[in-house]
Amino acid sequence: MSVDYIADAGRKAKGQRPYFLESAQTEQLLNITMAIAQELAVTRERMDTIERLLEAGNGVTREAIENYKPDAAAAEQRQTWHQEFISRILRIVQQSREEITENTNGQADMETVVSQVSQ
Amino acid sequence: MSSNRKVLPTWDKVGKHALFPEAKHDEIARFNFLANLNNHLSGQVLPGVKEAYEQNALPAFRAEHGREPESRHEVREMMKKQPFYQLWSALRRSTMECRQQAGRSLVLRQIDRINAAAAELNNGAETLVLNPETQIPDYVTVVDTHCMPGSYHTSVVEGDVSAGANYDSGLFVTTVGQLGSMTDGGGRAICDWLKKDHADFKPKRILDIGCTIGHNVVPIGQAFPDAEIIAIDVSAPVLRYGHARAKSLGVNNITFMQVNAEDLSQFADESFDLITTSMVLHELSAQSMPKILSEISRLLVPGGLSLHLEQPQYSGRPVFEQFIRDWDTWNNNEPFWGAMHDVDLVGMIDSTGLPSDLQFSAAVTAKVDESIFPKTETGDKTEDYGRAAAWNVFGAWKPAEAAKQESVA
Repeated sequence: MSVDYIADAGRKAKGQRPYFLESAQTEQLLNITMAIAQELAVTRERMDTIERLLEAGNGVTREAIENYKPDAAAAEQRQTWHQEFISRILRIVQQSREEITENTNGQADMETVVSQVSQ
Repeated sequence: MSSNRKVLPTWDKVGKHALFPEAKHDEIARFNFLANLNNHLSGQVLPGVKEAYEQNALPAFRAEHGREPESRHEVREMMKKQPFYQLWSALRRSTMECRQQAGRSLVLRQIDRINAAAAELNNGAETLVLNPETQIPDYVTVVDTHCMPGSYHTSVVEGDVSAGANYDSGLFVTTVGQLGSMTDGGGRAICDWLKKDHADFKPKRILDIGCTIGHNVVPIGQAFPDAEIIAIDVSAPVLRYGHARAKSLGVNNITFMQVNAEDLSQFADESFDLITTSMVLHELSAQSMPKILSEISRLLVPGGLSLHLEQPQYSGRPVFEQFIRDWDTWNNNEPFWGAMHDVDLVGMIDSTGLPSDLQFSAAVTAKVDESIFPKTETGDKTEDYGRAAAWNVFGAWKPAEAAKQESVA
């Protein structure tokens, strides 16, 4: 091996990195969280492969895992799982989006609601 | 399954060739996650940015200024403060960085094998002409293009092609498969447009400028098998990769050359029938773009065709759409993207001697590889702001001799 591929893979692209959130530290944590989510998805896909190999009864070896190619039905199930997983971890994003329109439609804040229903 | 969701193709369906990195199970899974995440961000999250604009930012702007925002720059200033835009942007940037790391770890762990495979196809070939004296322009080196560490031009080791292999392996992830299994949708769109609108045009000598890994010039080579094609770029790693990739795909009529397109004096006046660029003009600079277009005009034979593939120009589009399209300018190391999409292309090309009445512009889309990929749904209501495989092709026919003499008279 002529390079340290582990360190080199994560190198920074030249140029000022934009930060979008109010706090750069919070955004760095978001980046770490999303990378962990990615690795969890990878582990889940590997588990799915092992389960399918077990089900087929042809033996589970590392070679069999590496060479596994899902058929159309399995590919669809696995890709749908990724969508569901992403929707699950990004739930707060979906809900923040919904809240924009809810507020536009005049949803009262909780102070107002509590006071209204308590009178 | 009661969901009506479009399911994305898995990464293992990507087209392979001798140089293509060999992916392990988990590397494929990582790309699958990232493609789905990209799809989620554009389909489920990005529409919320428009809602935040219309429902929060725009009313506040109107209240403060008593008018509509007049430019994408004004929209950008107001949207920077919108939490939902901040969150979408942070997630998008993070996803792009994860994609780079995933592609680079895949490629760099097998760099010696890939470089050896490239060398086997490249060594001694007359169709690969590298020139180490080539000046890499400042606009190429000032930042790493679309956040690829080292961009197209950096060799990690001698004879390196890893920049090309990383680019090739990840295009499928960022475009969620829309460019086809060989990620050659742009080049095929050019060929389809030529076949449909100009079936009689049979170029004998073709120049492709800024070819990178040749993914868009290979279909041109296949469409015109009898033509002599020269594909140029300033970056050696992608030329080495592109040449070997073309050969392994059985395309042998393309010569890959390391040349800076600002000075094409090594090529004679009126020596090419067709000159193409695919998603290249936005990687240039305000100074180099007119120079290169002038070189193209000089090199075309009378009656020859210049043809450029790009995202559509901003002019006439709503300021919010311009602002979203311009995200890459500021946040994805594409510093000329915005300025290029503001250029008066007709005027600039006209000034190179290719008059406006011989210019054309047409909307084209990638033809999806339906044997592997889900059919594109036309009429899909989700606006993709430039990530869908739809482009503007434009350019000009060079006046024929008779017409030139006429205009002189």
